[in-house]
Amino acid sequence: MAGQVSLFVTCIGDQLFPKAGLAVADVLERLGYRVDFPEAQTCCGQPAFNSGYWDEARKVADHFLEVFAAADYIVIPSGSCGAMVGHHFADLYKGDAAKLAQVHALESRVWEFSKFLTEVAKVDDLGARFPHKVTYHDSCHALREMGVKAGPRRLLSKVRDLEFAEMDTCEECCGFGGTFSVKFDQVSGGMVRTKIESIQRSGAEYVVSIDSSCLMQIQGALLRSGSPVRTIHLAEVLASR
Amino acid sequence: MSFFPAEKLTAAVSNPKLQAAIYDSTARLMHKRKVAIAPDSIDDFESQREQARKIKQHTIENLDFYLEQLERNVIANGGKVVWARDADEAVAFIRNLCREKGVKRIVKSKSMTTEEIELNEALEHDNLDVVETDLGEYILQLAHEKPYHIVAPALHKTRYDVADIFTEKLGVEREEVIEKQTMIARRVLREKFLTAELGITGANFMMADSGAISITENEGNARLSSSAPRIQIAVAGIEKVIPRAQDLATFLKVLGRSATGQPLTVYTSFLSGPRRPGEIDGPEEFYLLLLDNGRTKVLADEGKRQSLYCIRCGACLNHCPVYRKIGGHNYPWVYSGPIGAILSPQFHGVSTDPWLPYASSLCGACAEVCPVKIEIPRILLELRHEVTDAKRKAGDGRLEKLAFQLYAFVMTRPGLYAWIASLAPRFFPGRRDGSWIQKVPGIMAIPPVAGWLSQRDLPPPPDKNFRELWRERSGGRR
Repeated sequence: MAGQVSLFVTCIGDQLFPKAGLAVADVLERLGYRVDFPEAQTCCGQPAFNSGYWDEARKVADHFLEVFAAADYIVIPSGSCGAMVGHHFADLYKGDAAKLAQVHALESRVWEFSKFLTEVAKVDDLGARFPHKVTYHDSCHALREMGVKAGPRRLLSKVRDLEFAEMDTCEECCGFGGTFSVKFDQVSGGMVRTKIESIQRSGAEYVVSIDSSCLMQIQGALLRSGSPVRTIHLAEVLASR
Repeated sequence: MSFFPAEKLTAAVSNPKLQAAIYDSTARLMHKRKVAIAPDSIDDFESQREQARKIKQHTIENLDFYLEQLERNVIANGGKVVWARDADEAVAFIRNLCREKGVKRIVKSKSMTTEEIELNEALEHDNLDVVETDLGEYILQLAHEKPYHIVAPALHKTRYDVADIFTEKLGVEREEVIEKQTMIARRVLREKFLTAELGITGANFMMADSGAISITENEGNARLSSSAPRIQIAVAGIEKVIPRAQDLATFLKVLGRSATGQPLTVYTSFLSGPRRPGEIDGPEEFYLLLLDNGRTKVLADEGKRQSLYCIRCGACLNHCPVYRKIGGHNYPWVYSGPIGAILSPQFHGVSTDPWLPYASSLCGACAEVCPVKIEIPRILLELRHEVTDAKRKAGDGRLEKLAFQLYAFVMTRPGLYAWIASLAPRFFPGRRDGSWIQKVPGIMAIPPVAGWLSQRDLPPPPDKNFRELWRERSGGRR
């Protein structure tokens, strides 16, 4: 046994994209980890935090801290939720020494899924096979707050029969941004359409990312535009045989 | 309080000509920056950024000390220092000076600070002949528009637009070749330089230890504006002071590269007061106008005072996917883009444009390129928090507050959360063909859903969510 991993599947992963969460569990179990899914988990509080409702965000963060207090590793298939727990919980509890101690004790145990694979499990070949042309979308928080850049590409490079094509604006935001996507719908829509043009220039059949929220934005716009290109979470590619 | 300009945003996003103009210009600036910060152009750009931030941080933490030192040294150089609490005081001083000194003709070089205090409007009101001499600013002055961008004010204008403006306003023959357009402006502006009694410039940096200011530019117009006329006024925000002349070694390296991808701008002028005996050019009188206009209010906030580190390079605008969609004129103040989104609420109060801190996907591209590493996303988040606080106190936005209270109530009760989640497929039945939802019945088109569907399809909830599938997968094993 490589150890026990507690999966925080994220609320969006739980409610809308369960296949990505299951794929995370498959990949981790294949590596010999025991995967635990604490059923009391809900959300990380980011929607309230990003909207300026910090009292409400703190309540949800309190709940998260309680549920995952005893976890050895908390693996999160999202850079965005990972950055919320790993970086912004500390902002939320500024001035509250007791809570901050709790947060800091948790931070080093929080891992975005691909980072966990490359830095804790130290693997890059998962024995996966995915016979398609894919491109990779760097989700903003994973890229800029967690420094995730080379890892997912290395993991993809080991997937059998996978052809990788970098898109020219891989680091540009997809326009999701949580409530931004519905408050500034026209701007968010413009941003994702620009992103899609870049995806199409790459000639990829699939857009891979480590954030289901970006993929929901991109997939929703691809479907609206009538494009046959599909999105898929990195975990699902790595779980494919 | 300004209302959220939804229609104007839609108009900008759906204007292909405007989008092409913005994207072409910003993409060019982004590319040039990328080349200019590469290791074959500069050793370790990152450490230069770090150094620039440290100097700014030190200066802003000791602003009173450096401003007083600056004042002493400007006076020692024969210049005069004018302190202006706000835009009114600044404008009043310049108007009075024009009256006192019999000034009729004024040349100006590019200065966002004078845009901030709306100086041109006041001087034109006094029937003074005031001319912008930066080409982009000149085009906009003719078109009666505000700058679209901190560094490239006419970024949204194509050469065809400029041809229209010159033909209409200058009565010249239509000219679409950029070089020839430049020559037209040059002919008009040369005459202005030679006859102006007053030159107004900004200041990129004010060096406390030498009492000199530095101006960076590419057209030579700031140099002319500051040397040809009899009187010069440099207008600058108090945050533009730096401790030592040698600190410029750091700032000039990061400013040109971040702004336009130039290792150094074409002209870097150092101005230290009026002409001295034996010197062949330079003004007879030199004034340095130091403007507060809200800056000390920003300074008072420990977490957000880093906003004052800004050296106005415009890199955050070029790299901002929101700025690139909505353009410069949809921001409420002359400072647009990410830096405008954090400056405007701090200067004018968060309740003036409460929507502004929310007009960001928080992607962080701005902070990634900022030469003084201002944590723009973090400041936006704090401003959002202040907006909700101000709304609560004013009794506004109760519905949204209630929605988030409800969210927190559900998210801290796992049983309730799971139960509500299990109901979702009943409202949004799944589809066998894998298609997503394109529209919903009117009653379900609440703002978030309608907002989403206006641009994209919505994924239907799967028949079973993760926790249900997980239970099946582990065969009831917990």
